[in-house]
Amino acid sequence: MLQRLRESKSAQGTLLALPTTLWLFVLLILPLFLTLIVSFGKRSPDGNVIFTFTLDNYLRLLDPLYLQILSRSLTLAINTTVLVIFLAFPLAYFIARSRPKRRNLYLFMVLIPLWTNFVIRVFAWMMLLRKEGGINIILGWVAHSLNIPFEPLEMLYTPGAVLVGMVYEFLPFMILPIFTSLEKIDISLFEAAADLGANSIRTFIRITLPQSMPGIVAGTILVFVPVMGTFLVSDILGGRQVILVGNLIQRQFLDARDPPFGSAASLIIMVMTVVVTYFYTRKFGFGEEIVAA
Amino acid sequence: MTSEFAVELRDVVKQFVTPEGNLLNAVDHVIMQIRNGEFFSMLGSSGCGKTTSLRLIAGFEWPTEGEVYIEGKLMGHTPPYQRKVNTVFQNYALFQHMNVYQNVAFGLEMEGASKSEIESRVKRNLEMVQLTGMERRKPKQLSGGQQQRVAVARALVKTPDVLLLDEPLGALDLKLRKEMQLELKALQKQLGITFVYVTHDQEEALTMSDRIAVMSNGKVQQMGTPVEIYERPANRFVADFIGESNFLEGTIKSLSKLEAQVFIPSLNTEMNAIPISQGLVNGEEVVVSIRPEKVRIVEESESKSNLLLGRVTDTVYIGADTHIFVDVNDVKIKVWEKNRMSRLDPESFYSVGQEIRLVLMAENTLVLKKD
Repeated sequence: MLQRLRESKSAQGTLLALPTTLWLFVLLILPLFLTLIVSFGKRSPDGNVIFTFTLDNYLRLLDPLYLQILSRSLTLAINTTVLVIFLAFPLAYFIARSRPKRRNLYLFMVLIPLWTNFVIRVFAWMMLLRKEGGINIILGWVAHSLNIPFEPLEMLYTPGAVLVGMVYEFLPFMILPIFTSLEKIDISLFEAAADLGANSIRTFIRITLPQSMPGIVAGTILVFVPVMGTFLVSDILGGRQVILVGNLIQRQFLDARDPPFGSAASLIIMVMTVVVTYFYTRKFGFGEEIVAA
Repeated sequence: MTSEFAVELRDVVKQFVTPEGNLLNAVDHVIMQIRNGEFFSMLGSSGCGKTTSLRLIAGFEWPTEGEVYIEGKLMGHTPPYQRKVNTVFQNYALFQHMNVYQNVAFGLEMEGASKSEIESRVKRNLEMVQLTGMERRKPKQLSGGQQQRVAVARALVKTPDVLLLDEPLGALDLKLRKEMQLELKALQKQLGITFVYVTHDQEEALTMSDRIAVMSNGKVQQMGTPVEIYERPANRFVADFIGESNFLEGTIKSLSKLEAQVFIPSLNTEMNAIPISQGLVNGEEVVVSIRPEKVRIVEESESKSNLLLGRVTDTVYIGADTHIFVDVNDVKIKVWEKNRMSRLDPESFYSVGQEIRLVLMAENTLVLKKD
């Protein structure tokens, strides 16, 4: 047996791939398969799963109520991603162009928030956005000093609050890959462009932007996919007003005790994410930076 | 062409701040006049200021002092994209996200050339560098030599007054480099454009250039044709940097315009030589330089002048030549002899321990400043 293994390259390959395959099977394929089976099942009155084959759970998702939730999630994910790109790019550009010593400091500053718990950071935004929160206090001072009548703004529990929270949470995941691809651009490329007659604006459009595309693609995937699934931000900042697919799924499993419907919703959102990502990467190429990030 | 000189550096200084916070003159009062249509090389080891000088011409750097003129026009702070010069970069700096055609077309698009004009000019230039049929390839799919050609075509398509080349062949292997040297030289002849070529490879500079500026420590040590540089090096640095030389230290005993007598204490002899460096004076401590291939081994000598008696300490057979190391009064002299006859036993040529006579002919013996 050992002798055969020594001789056969393909047997060696199989053996080496075994841990990964096992890992993927146990942690990804198996749970997905179980989810698929459960999604075809039925809920028993006491909240257990009855295994059968029915498409009812999927048909239920066609209810306008749920369709609205799905489309809201998709819109929010797209809006968040676009906004994050526009915010992250100048920042990443600034960091990539700063002196090496400063650069590390800036990167460090980008990463600091990630050391704080996700939930705590969202709660911090709640403190800022609520009626008696930090933003309203400051606006009140400004209004008072300008003698303008001021009514505290209702910012918390609005779609806007959820968008702000999402953008805040996922900004670093866009900054880092864009920074990586900008930093990798050889300075002589800018000189070459200038040498060939391009001013700085044209150099940016023709050289900098295309060369940083892999970073933008990687960042988009890193932002879009989690935003589609997250429920914490909308739960805390959106209250009952902004329900996303993530919240829907969470409630089916925890509150409504309806795992079959929750499973069906999970699979649908996964398919949606895969489809969007597929067409996106087909158009813009798969970001090499996704490995580096 | 309005001016006699394609490029002129008038007393140019470029100062940098080193990471330690010191000021460094990377280019130190350089005066350079590059004629229209010539193949001009800047030669020197790394850090000698050759690349900085090139970048000053390209406009990537601006001089701290002095002025750069291109075709008689004062450049001042003119940005690179407004200068009629183009650069072939050391690592080519090709745009990886564009194919060969797009790379070459880039400069013309920036000029706002029409689509049909771009097409014909790109086609002509790719033909010139023998890359027809490679238009759709990305730079990564090309060999080093092909990438180098794309870089040349991309720069030349702009029909610059001056083409600047920054060690363009540095990344290629020896054989390809030799081929490309001849190709570039032929291209320059054919186009008649001024080439300013930066290299650290003396052989490359000698092979390709009409004129060479030998640089060190930010200064031009000597400017001249390859023959002048090799046969009449202006100082010890140039004689040492270009090719090999035997150096003997001595004192000038008598001096005229065409002749000098130098006493060499280590050999306890006087030698006839020709004064080369500027400003030599009688009694000055100098160095006498002679190329190893110019030392003659003689059986019997007619005259006693410039004749040295020595003993062979080592011989090295290197194919075309044999290098013979001779000990004269404890001074080592290198002698290169052509292997004109086939000898299977190179030892039979000159053997270690053998006594031989060397003649250092006066016209090949150069008196240089000691610096």
